[in-house]
Amino acid sequence: MTALRERPAAVRVRPRALVTAIVLLVLVFALAAVSMTTGDYPLSVADVVKTLFGFGDSGTEFIVTTLRLPRLVLAVLVGAALAVSGGILQSLSGNPLGSPDVIGFTQGSATGALLVIVLAHGDSGQVALGALAGGILTALVVGLLAYRRGVQGFRLILVGIGMAAMLLAANSYLVTRASLQDAFSAQAWQVGGLNGRGWEEAVPLAVVVAVLLPVAFGLGRRLSLLEMGDDAAKGLGVPVERSRTLLIVAAVVLCAVATAAAGPISFVALSAPQLAKRLTRAAQPVLVCSALMGALLLVASDLVTRVVFGEEGLPVGIATAAIGGLYLMWLLSSQWRRNRG
Amino acid sequence: MSPPAPVGPPVRRGRTARGTGLIVAFAALVLIMLVSVWIGSKSIPFGSIWSVLWHADGSADAVIIHDQRIPRTLLGALVGAALGLAGAVMQALTRNPLADPGLLGVNNGASAAVVSAIAFFGVSGVLGYVWFAFLGAAVASVVVYVLGTTGRAGASPDRLVMSGAALTAVLQAYLSAILLLDPNTFNQFRFWNVGSLSGRRADVLVQIAPFVAVGIVLALLLARPLNALALGEQTGRALGARPGRTRVLGAVAVTLLCGASTAAIGPITFIGLAVPQMVRILVGPDQRWVLPYSMVLSPVLLLGSDVVGRVLNPPEELQVGIVTAFLGAPVFLALCRRRKLARL
Repeated sequence: MTALRERPAAVRVRPRALVTAIVLLVLVFALAAVSMTTGDYPLSVADVVKTLFGFGDSGTEFIVTTLRLPRLVLAVLVGAALAVSGGILQSLSGNPLGSPDVIGFTQGSATGALLVIVLAHGDSGQVALGALAGGILTALVVGLLAYRRGVQGFRLILVGIGMAAMLLAANSYLVTRASLQDAFSAQAWQVGGLNGRGWEEAVPLAVVVAVLLPVAFGLGRRLSLLEMGDDAAKGLGVPVERSRTLLIVAAVVLCAVATAAAGPISFVALSAPQLAKRLTRAAQPVLVCSALMGALLLVASDLVTRVVFGEEGLPVGIATAAIGGLYLMWLLSSQWRRNRG
Repeated sequence: MSPPAPVGPPVRRGRTARGTGLIVAFAALVLIMLVSVWIGSKSIPFGSIWSVLWHADGSADAVIIHDQRIPRTLLGALVGAALGLAGAVMQALTRNPLADPGLLGVNNGASAAVVSAIAFFGVSGVLGYVWFAFLGAAVASVVVYVLGTTGRAGASPDRLVMSGAALTAVLQAYLSAILLLDPNTFNQFRFWNVGSLSGRRADVLVQIAPFVAVGIVLALLLARPLNALALGEQTGRALGARPGRTRVLGAVAVTLLCGASTAAIGPITFIGLAVPQMVRILVGPDQRWVLPYSMVLSPVLLLGSDVVGRVLNPPEELQVGIVTAFLGAPVFLALCRRRKLARL
């Protein structure tokens, strides 16, 4: 127990987590480079770098700064935001299923968006606002319903699941009541994607993420103390309720803005923290690695969909689920074989 | 993932109280089945229902009752029982109270197969979907199980959950891709996907009944082994439990129950997750009570929802999958708030 009494001034860095983070970061950069140079108009890395510093010709400039860069930025931000949101909620609930796409936040965003699509035939900006409102409102309701002498992680998840079921039913109903064309665009929105999105989605998201990610990373150490149980955490001087509320708020807002920007991209929030956890082999959640893993998943998925289905083909959410799912399967099975169980 | 800390011991109730409760629940089921036969878009007085019930006299009322309402009611009862039991078994198997039939990829396996049937084989109509859905559910189950048990130590709860989630995601991706690339398939599928009892005739009932019957018997026989499993691997083994066998049989039961019910009426969420949850809050964690209670109370919720969906806006019907969530969720939320939460 002596180790716990030392109050380290900074977050203690575990070597394995650090190596994982560096490798993930390098991979994100490598894939970003591939992503920026691949497409209907192949460019060299030198072209891209020149253009980014303002020395490119106007054609290249358009492709780089108007088409590809916002998409890349959006992919990185959405992936990181969803992954951190999932990492926080999974840790608080002590359950890998405690991620925002399981406990109603994502479904709430979808309900907001679908209402705008089906009832008001709104444009993409209004749909995003509807999604944001829906997600935050849902989280508020879930939080209030789960509040009983403080918010308990497990109760929050249960209440969230109940809400998710109701919202999912509402969403299915909205889709059956809509005209085929509305239903189709609703279905498309529900998969989530980066097609047809640009700076106007990326900039607000970047602002929120720039504020909230450092907050989440800063609270990350408390998260691992909270995992030891409330009494232990209190004994170590952690303000339990306040930390938990702050963390939940951060998770909710991150998930809501990401969903508003790119639709409900499935599986990132659930799988990225789990993948990061298995790579770092740390008992505690390492939010930085989760964030990088989420960004990597989304950038890779976007690249795959663009190469396989063309520039404006299938939404990225499909590839995310497929790649994330297959990678998780492979990782699980190989790990188990190695550990013999 | 660390297991959540228990929240105090479950309330211990006497055997008598729990037995009485089960009888009351069963009475409620019989009552709701009668109501389900009685109420519909064509109002038939209860007196004539009663007489027609026992001898079909060929009148229009008799035809409606015997050809439509009775099969529909029996199917609802059967599917409800199957979903509730499947959920309870899954939660005990994975020792994760949040597990539900949708999680093992079973529902998504069925859905993916139905979509393939529509898109590639031009199948339409429930009878056509049944076998595809069944096959899909079975394949998904096997895949998750094989994935969850690679390595020598066999499955652990966490592994099953994670591999189920992973497979679900992959299937979901496949499903979405087809739906987005093929508007015609999407238009057919979006109505099946809501889950509905309407238009299901006796032939569907006859097709799935044997599978559900076997699944129910198997699940109920597993009550005691599942209790042993809840003690954890080591303790369970020491007490003579055989976790490996319990898991395989449990997975078979879940596949039979979920595959048949999803095939018959489409994916119904929430019942399999929430009813066992509520039951544990009422009767405690003993599977010998949880399983029968879940089996009797789930069809009450399903049939009740179906009746409500029929009377809300006649002659239009609100699909049962939608009503179930809207009726069940508030009760579920209230229970989550009021009582000590029942863990596994």
